[in-house]
Amino acid sequence: MIMNLRSRAAVLSLGLGVAVLAGCAGTISGAGTGSQGAGASGVGSSAVTPVDTGRSADAGAGAGRIVYFDFDSFVVKDDYRSVVEGNARRLSADRKRRMIVEGHTDERGGREYNLALGQKRADAVVRSLVLLGAQDGQLEAVSFGKERPAESGGDEAAWAKNRRAELKDR
Amino acid sequence: MNAPMSAPLSPSDRRHFLRQAAAGCAVLGLSGGLAPAQAQFRVEISGIGASQIPVTIAPFREEDRAAVPVSQVIRTDLERSGLFRIVPAGSDMMDELSRPDFPAWRNRGTDALAAGSATRLADGRHDLRYRLWDAVKGVDLLGQSLAVPREDLRRAAHRIADEIYQKLTGERGVFSTRIAYVSKSAGRYTLFVADADGEGAKVAVGGMQPIISPAWSPDGNELAYVSFESGKPVVYVQDVGSGQRRVVANAKGSNSAPAWSPDGSQLAVTLTRDGNSEIYLVGRAGGEPRRLTNASSIETEAAWSADGRSIYFVSDRGGGPQIYRMGTAGGSAERVTFSGSYNISPALSPDGRWMAYVTRNGGGAFRLQLMDLSSGTVTALTDTNDDESPSFAPNSRLIIYASRAGGRDVLMTTTLDGSIKARLSPPMVDVREPVWGPFGR
Repeated sequence: MIMNLRSRAAVLSLGLGVAVLAGCAGTISGAGTGSQGAGASGVGSSAVTPVDTGRSADAGAGAGRIVYFDFDSFVVKDDYRSVVEGNARRLSADRKRRMIVEGHTDERGGREYNLALGQKRADAVVRSLVLLGAQDGQLEAVSFGKERPAESGGDEAAWAKNRRAELKDR
Repeated sequence: MNAPMSAPLSPSDRRHFLRQAAAGCAVLGLSGGLAPAQAQFRVEISGIGASQIPVTIAPFREEDRAAVPVSQVIRTDLERSGLFRIVPAGSDMMDELSRPDFPAWRNRGTDALAAGSATRLADGRHDLRYRLWDAVKGVDLLGQSLAVPREDLRRAAHRIADEIYQKLTGERGVFSTRIAYVSKSAGRYTLFVADADGEGAKVAVGGMQPIISPAWSPDGNELAYVSFESGKPVVYVQDVGSGQRRVVANAKGSNSAPAWSPDGSQLAVTLTRDGNSEIYLVGRAGGEPRRLTNASSIETEAAWSADGRSIYFVSDRGGGPQIYRMGTAGGSAERVTFSGSYNISPALSPDGRWMAYVTRNGGGAFRLQLMDLSSGTVTALTDTNDDESPSFAPNSRLIIYASRAGGRDVLMTTTLDGSIKARLSPPMVDVREPVWGPFGR
C-alpha cells in the first residue's frame, strides 16, 4: 500500500520534472528544484498531470525503488525482480541517467561491520542492474549500515523493513 | 575472573614509592574551535576492586565558592580508576597548610590523604593549592600551587587527580586526557570532545546525517571520522583546535573505519572502490590509497599494533566475522579470535599487551571481551547485551565502550579486570562511538 503511493508519487513527480527521491521515510532530500520550466511556462503548482502507469513513456519510472533482504542475506529475491528490471530499463534507456544504490542493515551488530554488510546488499543490486543492461559507470553502490533505519523498533517487523537497498536518482 | 592488572602495592611498598613529582604547573586550557555543549554527564560508579588503596581527599577550602567542586572531581576520578577506595574526610576543615594527625587517619583506614584550597584571586582566577601526605609513613608526598582561570578549574582538578594517581601508583593517570563520542538527539548527530569523565563536552562537528568511527590522531590534535553528510560515507580529518577539516578518503563507494598509524603519518581505511570492503592505507593528508588486504570477503575495522608493524582487522573470510592480524608491509593474515562465531571491533592497548573486542554470544548479546595477546586468554568484562566500540585509555588501564542501559545508548568505562565500571551518561541523550584520546603534551 505504502509502496504503491510512493511509486505513484515518484511517477507524478517525474512527470512534473521534479526529481523526488522516493523511498526511505525522512530522507527525501530536496534534490531537484525543477525551477526552469515551471515558472517560465506558467505551469502553476496546482497542475496535476495524470499518468497511466501501464503506458509510461519513461520506462521503468513506476518501478519500486526498494529491495528488501532476508536476515543475513545478500541475495536479490525474485520478489524484487520487477524493481531491478524496471530500473535497469530506465538506465538503459538513458545512458546519462545515474543512480546511487544505498545498502542498509538492521540494528543488530557493530556499526562498521554492518556498513560492510550493507555494502554487500548495494553491490548485489548493482550487479543485478548491470546484468540487465545498466552500465557500471551509471551506478554507485554505497552503504549506510545500520545508521539510517527506515523503521525504529527492535523487533523482526522493524528489522525486516530495515534490511534493504534503496535505489535513488542522482 | 582473572585479574590482569599487576597486584596493587601493599602499604609498605607504597611507602617506598616516593617518585619524583611530575612536572609542576603545566599549561592549562583548551585551544579554541570547539563550542560548549549543554549535556552534563553524571558519573555513576559500581563494583568493588580486589585490592584498592584507601585514600581521603578532603574538601578544598573555599571550593564551594568556585565553579567546580574540585575535591569531588578528584575523588570521582580516583574511584573510577578502580585502584582507590575513598575514605570519607571528617568534619574538620583542612587545607594544604594543615598538619594532619597521622595516627588518627591511620585508625580511620586511610593510607594517603590530600587537602587543599581554591582561593579566588583578584583577577578572577583561582589559586589551587594542595598537599598529599602518606598517612602510613607520616610524610609529605607532594605539594603544588596552580593559578587557574575559572573555565579551566575542571581540567586543573583532573590534573591534580593525575598527580595523586601517579604519586601513589607509579603510573601516569589519564584523568586530564580527552575523549570523543557521538550523540544522537532529536535526529541530530554531534561529535563531541570532552574530558575523560565525559564532562565539559564541546561540539567538534554536527549535523542531521550520521557520524561514526571517530579516531584521535596520536598527537591528540586531530580527529578522523566518517560522516554521511554527502549522502555516502566519507572519511574526514578535522583539526580539533581550529575546526578546519579535510577529506582523506572519498572514493567511489563507501569509505569508513579510519585508524591512525602510531606515528600519525597515515591512516588505515576501509574502501569499496575496487568492489568489496577492503583495507587501504592513505596518507594523513589524503592522496592515492595503497591497498593492504586482498580477499573476496569483507575486510574492515583495522586497528594498529602499538609498534605500527601489524594491523588487526575484521574479516568474514571464514564465514562469520573474526579478528585477524597481518603485517602492514603485506603478507598473509593469521586468525586471532577462535571462540564464538562473531567477533568484531578490535582495540589494541597502547602497551601492546591487550586486545579488547566485542563478541556476539549464543544468546545474541554483544559483549566486551579482553584478550591477553601473549597467552591468547580471553576474559569477559561485562554481562550487558549491547556493548560496542571499545577504546583503551592511554595508560592501558581502563577501557571506554558504548553500551545500552535504561533504554538509552550510554558510555561506560571498565577496569581491565571488569571489577569497577563507571557510567558516563548525560540525561536524555543517546551517546555512542567513544574513543579515548592520547596523553596530553
